[in-house]
Amino acid sequence: MIAFADLHKAFGPKRVLEGFTLEVRDGETMVVIGGSGSGKSVAIKHVVGLLEPDAGHVAVDGQVVHELDRPALTALRARIGFVFQFAALFDSLTVGENVAFGLRRRRDLAASDVDDRVAHALALVDLAGTEQRMPAELSGGMRKRVGLARAIAIQPTYMLYDEPTTGLDPVTSAVIDELMVRTREALGVTSIVITHDMRSAYRVGDRIAMLYRGRIRQVGTAEEIRASEDPVVRGFIEGRPDERIFDTGRGGADAELTVGEPAP
Amino acid sequence: MRGAPVIGRPSLRPAPRAAQPRHHILYPPRRRRYVLPVLAFIGRRTAAFLGAFGRLGLFLADAVRALGDVRTWGRMLGQQMRRIGVDSLPIALFIAAFTGIVLALLASYTFTGAVPGYLVGTLVGKTLMMELGPVLTALALAGRVGATMAAELGTMRVTEQVDALETLAYNPIAYLVVPRVLAGTIMFPVVVAFAMATGLVTGWLAAISLLPISSAEFMRGLRLFYGPFDWQYGLIKSSSFGFAITTIGCFLGLGVRGGAEGVGNATMRTVVYSAAAVLVLDAYWAVTLLRTG
Repeated sequence: MIAFADLHKAFGPKRVLEGFTLEVRDGETMVVIGGSGSGKSVAIKHVVGLLEPDAGHVAVDGQVVHELDRPALTALRARIGFVFQFAALFDSLTVGENVAFGLRRRRDLAASDVDDRVAHALALVDLAGTEQRMPAELSGGMRKRVGLARAIAIQPTYMLYDEPTTGLDPVTSAVIDELMVRTREALGVTSIVITHDMRSAYRVGDRIAMLYRGRIRQVGTAEEIRASEDPVVRGFIEGRPDERIFDTGRGGADAELTVGEPAP
Repeated sequence: MRGAPVIGRPSLRPAPRAAQPRHHILYPPRRRRYVLPVLAFIGRRTAAFLGAFGRLGLFLADAVRALGDVRTWGRMLGQQMRRIGVDSLPIALFIAAFTGIVLALLASYTFTGAVPGYLVGTLVGKTLMMELGPVLTALALAGRVGATMAAELGTMRVTEQVDALETLAYNPIAYLVVPRVLAGTIMFPVVVAFAMATGLVTGWLAAISLLPISSAEFMRGLRLFYGPFDWQYGLIKSSSFGFAITTIGCFLGLGVRGGAEGVGNATMRTVVYSAAAVLVLDAYWAVTLLRTG
C-alpha cells in the first residue's frame, strides 16, 4: 500500500502540496487528476524519493520513504516502475539497452535471462524486435511504450505513470491505456496514474482522486466522480476554463493567472 | 446635480501647495540612500557564493562515497577515458605544435646578442613542460571537455534522464560523475605529456630550420637546467586541472534547472569557472612548489 500522509511541499514561495493525503490500496489503479501545475507529478516523485517532503510523509508498505537510507531506498526503487512524462529514455543507448538498464546490475540474472526479460517486456508493449533501434528513431508514442517496457522489465510491485498519454493523439492514447490495463493484469501491480486526460482516467482507474490547491478534493470510483456535484470537480471533468485557471493560481510564478475564487 | 462633488472619489485637481516652504536648515533635503542597497547586494552575492561552495562540498562528499560503488562506475571509466583523453589529443597537439614554434622564435628574438643561442632550448623546454603545455591544454579542454559535460548532464537533468537513473536504482553520482572526474584526473596528464613532447619537437624543428641554432646547441640548452621535476610539476598540475574542470562541469551540469536556457547557462559558466580555476590552481602550484628561499 502507498500512503500519502499530510504531505507538504513548496518550491520557494510557491506552495505546491498543502496537506496531500491519499491511500492507494494493494492491487488497485489510482488515477490522480488535476490541472497543469497542480502538483500531481510532485506528489508521485515523493514515492520514489526523488523529492523530500517539507512536512508529512509517504509510506510504501509501511516504510517512510524519506527516512530510508541509501541501500534501503535503492531496494525500494527496485520494486517500483516509473514511467516518465516524456519517457526519459537514455539517448546514447539502444532500445534494448534502455529496457535492460535496470536489470544489468542484478547479480541474480544471467545475461540470457536479461535478454529474455527485455524481449518479453518489448513484446508486452507491442514493440518486439526493436532492440537495436535508437530512441531518436522512434515516434513519441513508441518512446512512451519503450519507457513502459523499461519499467515493466524490472517486474515491479508498484507502477507510477506520470502523464503517460500527454501529447499523444487519441488513438495512441487509447493504446497506452490498453497497455496500462494489460500491465496490471499481467503483473498484478498497484498503480498510480497521473493524468489530466479524463477519458484515460475513466478507462484505467479503479478510483480517481482530484488534486486541487495542494490537497485531495474528492476520491471515488469513476461513476462517483462522474456524478460528483462538487463544482471544482465538475468544472475540471467538463473542462470549464474558469475552473482550470484559478486552480493554478496559488502564489508564486503562476499568481498572475488567478482570476477569482470558485463559485460556491 | 451637475458639478456637485462626488463623495469618496479622489479629486483630479492638484493638491494645494504648502503656504511656506520648510526651511532647509531645520529640514535638510533627504539624501538618497545608496549604502543599504549596496550592502544588501554584497550580502546576497556573498551568501550565494558561500551557498554554492557548500553545495560543491556536499557534491564532492557524495562523489567520495560513490567511489565504493565500483560496479556502477567501473564499466563507464574506460569510455570516459577515451572521450576525455584520446578524443582530446588532436586539439591539444595542435595547440602545442604552434606554441613550440612560437616559443623558439620568441626566445631567439629576446636573447639574440645578449645570451648564447642554445638557451632557446632551455626556454622552450622549461616553458612547455612547466607552464604553457599544461595551462594552454587545460584552457582548451575546459571548453571541449568541461562544456561538453555540463551540456550533456544538464540535458539529462532537464529531460528527466537523471531521475530515471535514480528510479532504476542507480546512484547518478556513481554512474555519471565518478567516471568523468576520475577519467579527467587520470587522462589530463597523459594528454599534456603528449602535448609537451609535440611542442618540444616543433620547437626544435623551428630552431634548426628557422634560426641559426644547430640541433646540438638546442639539445644542450634543453638539458642545461633540466630536472625530472620539470615534467613532474607539469603533470601534477595537469591532473589537478583535470579534476577541477570535470568536477565543475559535472556539478553545474547536474545542477541545471529549467530548459535550454539553463543548459546554456551551465555550459557557459563551466567554461568561465574552469578557466578561472585553472589559473588559480596554476598560481597555487607555483606558490607551493616553485617558491625558493
